[in-house]
Amino acid sequence: MTGVFTWNLVADVQEMWSLAFMVNAYRAGTVVAVLAALVGWFMVLRGQSFAGHTLAVVGFPGAAAAVWLGLGAALGYYAFCLAAAVVIAVLPAAGGRGYREESAVTGTVQAFALAAGTVFVALYHGFLGGTNALLFGTFLGITARQVAILAAVAVVVLAALAAIGRPLLFASIDVDVARANGVPVRALAVGFLLLLGATAAEVSQITGALLVFALLVLPPATAQLVTVRPVASLALSLALGLATVWVALFVAYYSPYPIGFWLTTIGFGGYALTFAGTRVRSRLGFRAPVTA
Amino acid sequence: MSATPSSTRAGSAASSTSDGSAATAGGAPAVVEVRQATAVVGGRAIWSSVDATVGPGEFVAVLGPNGVGKSTLLKAILGLVPLASGSVRLLGRPPGDANHEIGYLPQRRSFDASLRVRGVDVVRLGLDGDRWGIPLPGRRSRAAAARVAELVDLVGAGAYAHRPIGQLSGGEQQRLLIAQALARRPRLLLLDEPLDSLDLPNQAGVAALISGIARAEDVAVMIVAHDVNPILPYLDRVIYLGRGGAASGTPQQVITSGTLTRLYGTPVEVLSTSDGRLVVVGTPEAPAVHSDRHGTH
Repeated sequence: MTGVFTWNLVADVQEMWSLAFMVNAYRAGTVVAVLAALVGWFMVLRGQSFAGHTLAVVGFPGAAAAVWLGLGAALGYYAFCLAAAVVIAVLPAAGGRGYREESAVTGTVQAFALAAGTVFVALYHGFLGGTNALLFGTFLGITARQVAILAAVAVVVLAALAAIGRPLLFASIDVDVARANGVPVRALAVGFLLLLGATAAEVSQITGALLVFALLVLPPATAQLVTVRPVASLALSLALGLATVWVALFVAYYSPYPIGFWLTTIGFGGYALTFAGTRVRSRLGFRAPVTA
Repeated sequence: MSATPSSTRAGSAASSTSDGSAATAGGAPAVVEVRQATAVVGGRAIWSSVDATVGPGEFVAVLGPNGVGKSTLLKAILGLVPLASGSVRLLGRPPGDANHEIGYLPQRRSFDASLRVRGVDVVRLGLDGDRWGIPLPGRRSRAAAARVAELVDLVGAGAYAHRPIGQLSGGEQQRLLIAQALARRPRLLLLDEPLDSLDLPNQAGVAALISGIARAEDVAVMIVAHDVNPILPYLDRVIYLGRGGAASGTPQQVITSGTLTRLYGTPVEVLSTSDGRLVVVGTPEAPAVHSDRHGTH
């Protein structure tokens, strides 16, 4: 970006936040980090990462089509991601046990979505600079109105997630017993896909359609490596997500490289270090203190 | 393949009335009452005209060859599989209405090794996992935690209940799942092959554990088993599913050459070893079941 980095971090942050678009970027990033960390935690636990990625990729043609029609990218993300969630939910044998059975179908949809996206980009002449933003993310030009929409959708999704959280956990771990205990397993699977679709649409607006995993998978997966306590794991996922976004925005502001690169690199670095750490710890015979 | 519903039903009706089961003798209402039930899955009648009764506190085994629908019987009792005809009463109510008083342990599949969830969390879900919302700290949460600790002690899983369940051995997982099934103080445990995939010492240990808990907590048990011997010392009655129907009664009444020959529709011999274990020979088990499957539909 344009900022001139000094080693006075406080002054750097002040300088960055003197720009309205950077404040909006931090607000939007914070909303998206919270949402992705919590919804992503359930997604990782349910083994639905592939479905999550597909939903995000489908957002790309959605956003491209919406820009082409002059409707604004955000609307395209929400419409296509939620529609894709419904489609995946009604696929035969979907729901309940993750996505191992339908991975070929889901992959086919993913490939077609990317192809469709390039057509919309081609139809909208002079859009070439925006393609990178749609695929790999941007934090430029986020308006206050966009932040408000992100926050409103996030509140609805998180409220719904809190309401279904416990039976969803049950159905994710132990689908047969959950069903016998009266948990509406199928309805929960469909409901969670819709929440995941809305989340993918939100995250895509910051990370781009191809790099949603930077926030949707890496913080929850890292947290689940560190601790097996559900509450601690959710809290750690949240903290890691926020740290990833805040640091990435700061670095991206003072560097010439895109935000998606920094988000993914920080998230991946954290995961790799944690993975190595747990390996070393188990090699040395220590047990994680949190599991004792 | 001459096993017809009518011939086997005659046998089952005769044996279940003649054994004077505890369910009817004491006058207490039956925990499970299956009458003339027929289950159809995928267009194929898997069993028909089955009668079965489980009284309070009884320890009952469901036996039979592979593919005869033992698991389906448990699912029908839970209301997860609808009956084509006949009726199921669970604690005097239609299936599905009394499931909160049932502990169910489905045929297991072990947990994925990468599943990062503790044993205690799995037990806790059996207690209040069907409740909406997130558990908030408070009196109810403390009571739930205390109950989980009690259950972990009951099955002797204290040493490993706080480790990720995917990393535990089959026997350890099975003990925690029994704790989960017991969480809501059920009046009936439905256990689907809980001894499957366990080594012999673990089979004996888990069988003794189930029987001890059932007696201490006064829980009736319906246990699907492939091999009757690990649970034979604890059994009150057995329900033996055959191709056309079922026979029920005490193990001595049902696991005989005559009854099993009728159920299998082919000559079967039951031998008793010197230490009381039963060996069933002469059943062309797997091939017969498979050819039967293809032949009927």
